[in-house]
Amino acid sequence: MIKKLSMILVLLGTVGLAQAEGVRSLRGHIDLQDESRAPEPKQFAKDGEPIARDYVQQPPLIPHKIKGYRIDRNSNKCLSCHSWKHYREAGATKISQTHFEDRNKNVLANVSARRYFCTQCHVPQAGARPLVENTFKPVQAIAGE
Amino acid sequence: MTDNYSNRCKGFICGLWSVLRRPSVKYSLGTLLVVGFVSGIIFWGGFNTAMEMTNNEEFCISCHEMNDNVFQEYKNTIHYSNRTGVRATCPDCHVPKEWVHKVVRKIQATNELYHKVMGTIDTREKFLAHRLELARHVWKAMKNTDSRECRNCHNYEYMDFAEQGRRAVSQHSKGLEEGKTCIDCHKGIAHELPDMREVDPTAVIGTN
Repeated sequence: MIKKLSMILVLLGTVGLAQAEGVRSLRGHIDLQDESRAPEPKQFAKDGEPIARDYVQQPPLIPHKIKGYRIDRNSNKCLSCHSWKHYREAGATKISQTHFEDRNKNVLANVSARRYFCTQCHVPQAGARPLVENTFKPVQAIAGE
Repeated sequence: MTDNYSNRCKGFICGLWSVLRRPSVKYSLGTLLVVGFVSGIIFWGGFNTAMEMTNNEEFCISCHEMNDNVFQEYKNTIHYSNRTGVRATCPDCHVPKEWVHKVVRKIQATNELYHKVMGTIDTREKFLAHRLELARHVWKAMKNTDSRECRNCHNYEYMDFAEQGRRAVSQHSKGLEEGKTCIDCHKGIAHELPDMREVDPTAVIGTN
């Protein structure tokens, strides 16, 4: 019995070791004591045309820099252009009406608290290559756009 | 006529006045001119030096009201830290550069001394309670002077629109046409905004 158990333990240990060698960390093979090189800071695109969506429910991406645009209890910098009041004058995309609903489906007169913090879903774009390769393709419904 | 310059009154002010009115019998006109000229330089220089001592960032943030509130927020903005390392200090935006306007502003600032003594904003809570009012003072001053302090560095006339982003070009050329001034759009760029529900209710949470 003890012999069998120790056999299993040894086997498990070998498997674990083999896996450890095969795994490659995203930060590369660097000893724990060494510091990895910091990746180059990414630059956000300054300004551009709206970016096409890749799937129907995708929150539209932000095609411009948002540095210094604060969103807090006192004010929301995004809404100073994207609100229904200002979007025409600012030439901005207006905030979707779905953002006026609270969680009980009550339609409010202004942006609902759960949709107020824009950057929870909407993000600006930097020219960053994906860390992990993927083969994602937009769905047929919007692929033609 | 003979005692025109003599002491005819006994009071201190009246006595001083009659001394000042009497021509000098001891000193030559040249001496008086030189002494007057030199002391003029010293006093004028001293006045301006003393005024400039109150016109820098270290002086502004020597009070905790400025250091703990507005200055900490300011450190996160582009006017403090940026690509080129060119930065603005408090008086660059809040005190005019021209002498007359500067002195007017400095005289107005005596009101701030009063509120310092009274402790009007000596806690974070009091500061936040007054924040909208304080911000409105600055917005109004900027509006009245056509954002004069911004224009010490930024000027429509020297802006190369070709170097600007798509949004900046359309907003700036429209602003130029409509005669808008910087502060009309660029509020809250160097400090956090106050509660804006009275200013722009569409951009604040929980307003109808």
